[in-house]
Amino acid sequence: MSSVAAKAAPPTAAPATAKGKRHLTDKQKGERKLAYMLCAPAVIAMLLVTAYPVLYALWLSLRRSDLRFPDASEFVGLTNYITVLTSSTWWSVLGATTLITVVSVAIELVLGMALALVMHRIIFARGPVRAAILIPYGIITVVAALSWQYMFTPENGFLPFGISQSALLADTAGQYIAIIATEVWKTTPFMALLLLAGLAIVPDELHEAAKVDGATAIQRFFRITLPLMKPAILVALLFRTLDAFRLFDSAFVLTNGDFRTVSILGYDQLITRLNLGLGSAVSVLIFLCVLIIAALFVKGFGTAAPGAGDDR
Amino acid sequence: MRRVFRLIALAAATAGIAACGSDGASGPPTLNLYTFTAGSGGAFEAAVKDCNEKAGGRYRIVIQDLPPNADDQREQLARRLAAKDASIDIAALDVIFTGEFAEAKWIVPFPEAQAEEVRRGTIASTVETGTYQDQLYAAPFTSNTQLLWYRKDRVDSPPKTWDEMFQQARELGGANGVIEIQGAQAEGYVVWFNALIQSAGGRILSSPTKVDLPDGPTRAALQVMQTASKRPFADPSQPTQAEDEGRIAFETGGPSFMVNYPFIYPSAEENAPDVFKNIGAARFPSVSASEPSAPPLGGLNLAVGAYSKNREESFEAAMCIREPRNQLLATELGGLPPTQESLFDDEVVRKAYPGFADLMLESIKAAGPRPATPAYSDLSLGIQETLHPPSSVSQSDASTLRETLQDALDGKGLL
Repeated sequence: MSSVAAKAAPPTAAPATAKGKRHLTDKQKGERKLAYMLCAPAVIAMLLVTAYPVLYALWLSLRRSDLRFPDASEFVGLTNYITVLTSSTWWSVLGATTLITVVSVAIELVLGMALALVMHRIIFARGPVRAAILIPYGIITVVAALSWQYMFTPENGFLPFGISQSALLADTAGQYIAIIATEVWKTTPFMALLLLAGLAIVPDELHEAAKVDGATAIQRFFRITLPLMKPAILVALLFRTLDAFRLFDSAFVLTNGDFRTVSILGYDQLITRLNLGLGSAVSVLIFLCVLIIAALFVKGFGTAAPGAGDDR
Repeated sequence: MRRVFRLIALAAATAGIAACGSDGASGPPTLNLYTFTAGSGGAFEAAVKDCNEKAGGRYRIVIQDLPPNADDQREQLARRLAAKDASIDIAALDVIFTGEFAEAKWIVPFPEAQAEEVRRGTIASTVETGTYQDQLYAAPFTSNTQLLWYRKDRVDSPPKTWDEMFQQARELGGANGVIEIQGAQAEGYVVWFNALIQSAGGRILSSPTKVDLPDGPTRAALQVMQTASKRPFADPSQPTQAEDEGRIAFETGGPSFMVNYPFIYPSAEENAPDVFKNIGAARFPSVSASEPSAPPLGGLNLAVGAYSKNREESFEAAMCIREPRNQLLATELGGLPPTQESLFDDEVVRKAYPGFADLMLESIKAAGPRPATPAYSDLSLGIQETLHPPSSVSQSDASTLRETLQDALDGKGLL
């Protein structure tokens, strides 16, 4: 947030280093004030729509709170968290979610890179090809998941050979395959789009020079393209991992809520059971998991992380 | 800038005026009836039209549509009522919601005089579904029950028990050995389990807060579930099939048996005439030969919202909607069985269930309602999580189920 505020300040104050802050001219002070005022509505809106619900969920998670027993509300401390963390359901669902996240993001990265290279290098029909690749991402997830569900159902499925006869969605292993396939199909274009942006910043001169030195295409890809794209890959992986971890809609539609991700587990407590305390505890834990994932990514990629220094 | 503010102020003022207009003191009060209408063939619209005419200007009922699926209906109603929504005057509740809604004080009991009138001539099992702690909270409008549907061309006499059915299905073998049940992880699966355990002489709860599940009957019910998930009895997509998917599969002509609601009968007539010719109906099979079966019981009850501003008129309107003539309309238009016992002799009901109207009545009267508890949805979720898919059921689930469900009733534990 603070970087946004800093960028909003006009760049005319060129040597605005940390030290220079103490010697602001009146004009600079006025501009800074204006900048804060311009930011204020957005900050207030963000606080209202994100901070308040997050804090309210935190408060609810420390209470016994059930919509059906409004009179029985009371403060229970960490009881809800203990219930969730000692439940084998939570750990098995967390494991399943992690597996889906890792596998689908890995497949998406490889396929997405291939598609990005195609979109980047293509000479003829560039527009149509790029548009075609992006179509799956433009389809509403629930609609896409419903089509996949039809495809996997024996009575009306349209998969060839014996595949459709095995009722993929009826057993756990099949559900993994179906959900991962749906996710990959749907979000690979997004991955490809982010990677395409990364490809665009790799200067052609480097490739030319390496070519002159006798580097093969594969060497050039791994030695030049990949290292220079690191920040873009990080962003793509981070976005997709966070999205995949919070997976709800496609799994819910494909299996009618039978296969559970952490988000569906939270939904069951909150919406089906109306147990706000327990459900909020699950939500807060999901939030913590997401924070941990984000922190690991930023740490793991070190200085390549955007905002960590020389990301230009 | 100022002009924009003025516009906003104007818009807000108009909205305020409009909001006042809808519940102004003059004119008859508008009563909102929250109900599903899809697939009912216009039965609710017809009943509302009838009552609005009979009301003679004392009230006017307006239908607010709910989703067709019971779980979704509950979600919408519960969310509104938890927020004390005064717009819910009358709600059509699935039979399983009474305990939860009554305990949460979202609905109010019928005044004794009207409750007495509801009980008169109404099938006892359906009254029980609308009763919580000896008070009538929801007046039965329509009922429903599952029958055993079988192929007359393949089966000489319909099976009385599940074991007999497995025997006959095994002899038929292959695609004809399939028995369609509701195997999808949904309320229908709980319906099946509840019918099995009651047919085995047990029950899920001994009181709204206490799990019963006696060992013998529980194991017998689990045994039936285990067998039904094996070949040739199980449809390949059994774990994802609810009532309608089962109907579609039965209409393909493969399966020889199905437990399901009577909506499949007119559907088969329309979609699969060859199958329709050979459909036979029998009572839901029992688990042990010595114990009569306890068929599943469905249906819709009318309750009055606790935050309604027109309580008196709402009770009056609910009583009107469930008048015998409107129950017959629901049967004629939507195929939904009445709750008034004498109506089963009526020509309309005889025509809707050709040859099996008496069987329907017998099934509804003998039905084993699902347990009445304020924590019903926890209970249902607990059963689904422990026992789904059918192929994973084992005898050791009996004790797991007891623990999980007791935790669920106590509001403890993650489900």
